[in-house]
Amino acid sequence: MASKPVIVFDRVSKWYGPTQVLRDVSLTVMSGERIVVCGPSGSGKSTLIGCINGLQDYERGTIRVTGVTVSEREGTAHDLRAGIGMVFQQFNLFPHLTVLENCTIGPRLVQGIGEDAAVSRAHAVLGRVQIADQAHKYPEQLSGGQQQRVAIARALTMQPRIMLFDEPTSALDPEMIREVLDVMTELASSGITMIVVTHEMGFARHVADRVLMMDRGEIIADEPPSSFFSTAQPNTRVRGFLDQILTH
Amino acid sequence: MSHSALNRIGEPVQPNALPPPGHVRRGPRAWLQRNLFSNWVDTLVTLLLAALVARLLYRWVVWLFVSGTWHPADIRTCIDGGGACWAFLQDKWRLILFGTFPYEQQWRAGLALVLFLAAVVLSAVPATWSTGERRRWLMVGWLVVLGAIGVLLAGGFGLPRVEARFWSGLPLTVMLAFVGMIAAFGLALLLALGRRSTMPVIRWISIGYIELVRGVPLISLLFMANIMLPIVLPRDLVIPNLMRAQLAFVLFFAAYMAEIIRGGLQAIPLGQYAAAKALGLTYWQQMRVIILPQALRVVIPSLVNIFIAGFKDTSLVVYVGMSDLLGTAQAAKADPKWYGLFMEAYVFIAAIYLIVCATMSWYSRYLERRLANPERGS
Repeated sequence: MASKPVIVFDRVSKWYGPTQVLRDVSLTVMSGERIVVCGPSGSGKSTLIGCINGLQDYERGTIRVTGVTVSEREGTAHDLRAGIGMVFQQFNLFPHLTVLENCTIGPRLVQGIGEDAAVSRAHAVLGRVQIADQAHKYPEQLSGGQQQRVAIARALTMQPRIMLFDEPTSALDPEMIREVLDVMTELASSGITMIVVTHEMGFARHVADRVLMMDRGEIIADEPPSSFFSTAQPNTRVRGFLDQILTH
Repeated sequence: MSHSALNRIGEPVQPNALPPPGHVRRGPRAWLQRNLFSNWVDTLVTLLLAALVARLLYRWVVWLFVSGTWHPADIRTCIDGGGACWAFLQDKWRLILFGTFPYEQQWRAGLALVLFLAAVVLSAVPATWSTGERRRWLMVGWLVVLGAIGVLLAGGFGLPRVEARFWSGLPLTVMLAFVGMIAAFGLALLLALGRRSTMPVIRWISIGYIELVRGVPLISLLFMANIMLPIVLPRDLVIPNLMRAQLAFVLFFAAYMAEIIRGGLQAIPLGQYAAAKALGLTYWQQMRVIILPQALRVVIPSLVNIFIAGFKDTSLVVYVGMSDLLGTAQAAKADPKWYGLFMEAYVFIAAIYLIVCATMSWYSRYLERRLANPERGS
């Protein structure tokens, strides 16, 4: 199904001070692939996806997105960001703007489209995440699940080819996880390239094309879910991790 | 309050027992008892303070009304009366308000003040800046008003010319404060952002500037601007006295405002920066649309504090030979015709300062309440 590579990591390393958080990571993501990244906390998952849109810098190696090297200094990171949507653990909606304004700001300021076009596009994506009726509220008036769906809508208003999710359900109450995962599942069926950092193994099993596991800055497993979750999983670190998160 | 024979856990209620927790009596008598007379120390303090306040008030009332001279009079009658001399203010109010502005032209200074006041009041109403289009009109309106004020003060379009050194009194105070605070705010925004910049040169320049200026008293900056600047600058570059004082104000208050704004910037979660950046906004778009609107909201009380301090500190220009409101009040008391009177002039300008400052602080509380309410109808 996958046609051509859109994201290529070539032996990427990154340090926070003396601590190395990415160790020679190489990874190729094909267009339209849906990838779930899991692993213990501090293993470098969030850093990995933060490097894709240049929110994080890296010291060694290269990352190419649609053939362009991600570099803050050369300004390519900024240009690429407009085509890469990102959803955060803490939603990070803009609290002083309404839901609608949160969703028009990117198209208006970054893509320079007119107010009316931006509003109708915002209504369309808000409808897609089932929250069109809340357009004129402020984020703090919404539940966590609703806020995260608005955050997804906000990213979608930029009509990105790639969507990054950084633990999108980790800050949610259990009863709201479903509504967010449903939206993400619907999105996954649209052919967009998705990289999702999550511990929702059900989502990984049913939606992902590949499941990556990271540990101490390295990708230690990169397999389709059928073999990743197989009881015959040969990697003891993966098995140990899965046992830990699936048994509670 | 209603007494029942038994309290909540069924014990008989003792006479004089404190009401159970959570049961607060209401009404002015209960309030007085709770706050002012709850025990003998409180009672003593309350009575002492009340006596002191009564004594001060009594002297004021006597000075103002009982022994005050309200009818037209000369200095002899006033001094014999022993109280406030309103005739003195009647004679001098125009000098105090407009100073050395040519007497027959003072209507221009007055009209400029009224125009300015009207513009400020209009801008203070939220409906005026609720939409982008209205904000654009507001900007245009301000440019027109400021232009008109400039013509009224300086002359032109058929009005006789009045040199800047004759601008004095309240218009001068208002101008120093308003222009000073607006320009200082703009500079402070840049300094605050600069201090948090990732570019070392910009960061160090900002830190150096802020720390340097904060380490110097305003009055010495004013002296420097007034005395040193003309020596340092090339001889053919003459900057009027007024502009040099104005510059000192801007430079001084920008440093303080920058630190306040920096505090607001630090209160914004990093996630806001990340989200704004991830959306593809440029640095200046992030600041203008996402970060600063939230940061400034947090620091409104501190900023208004600086505005109030700045307004009052304009009176320091007296020491570099300019006649602001305080200067003209001092000029009024120097008239031999009224020699010996000064309280009236000071009370008069104190009332003006008080009204302006109280209005600013009231408006800041109003803004805070309004911005705290999520259902802001615009």
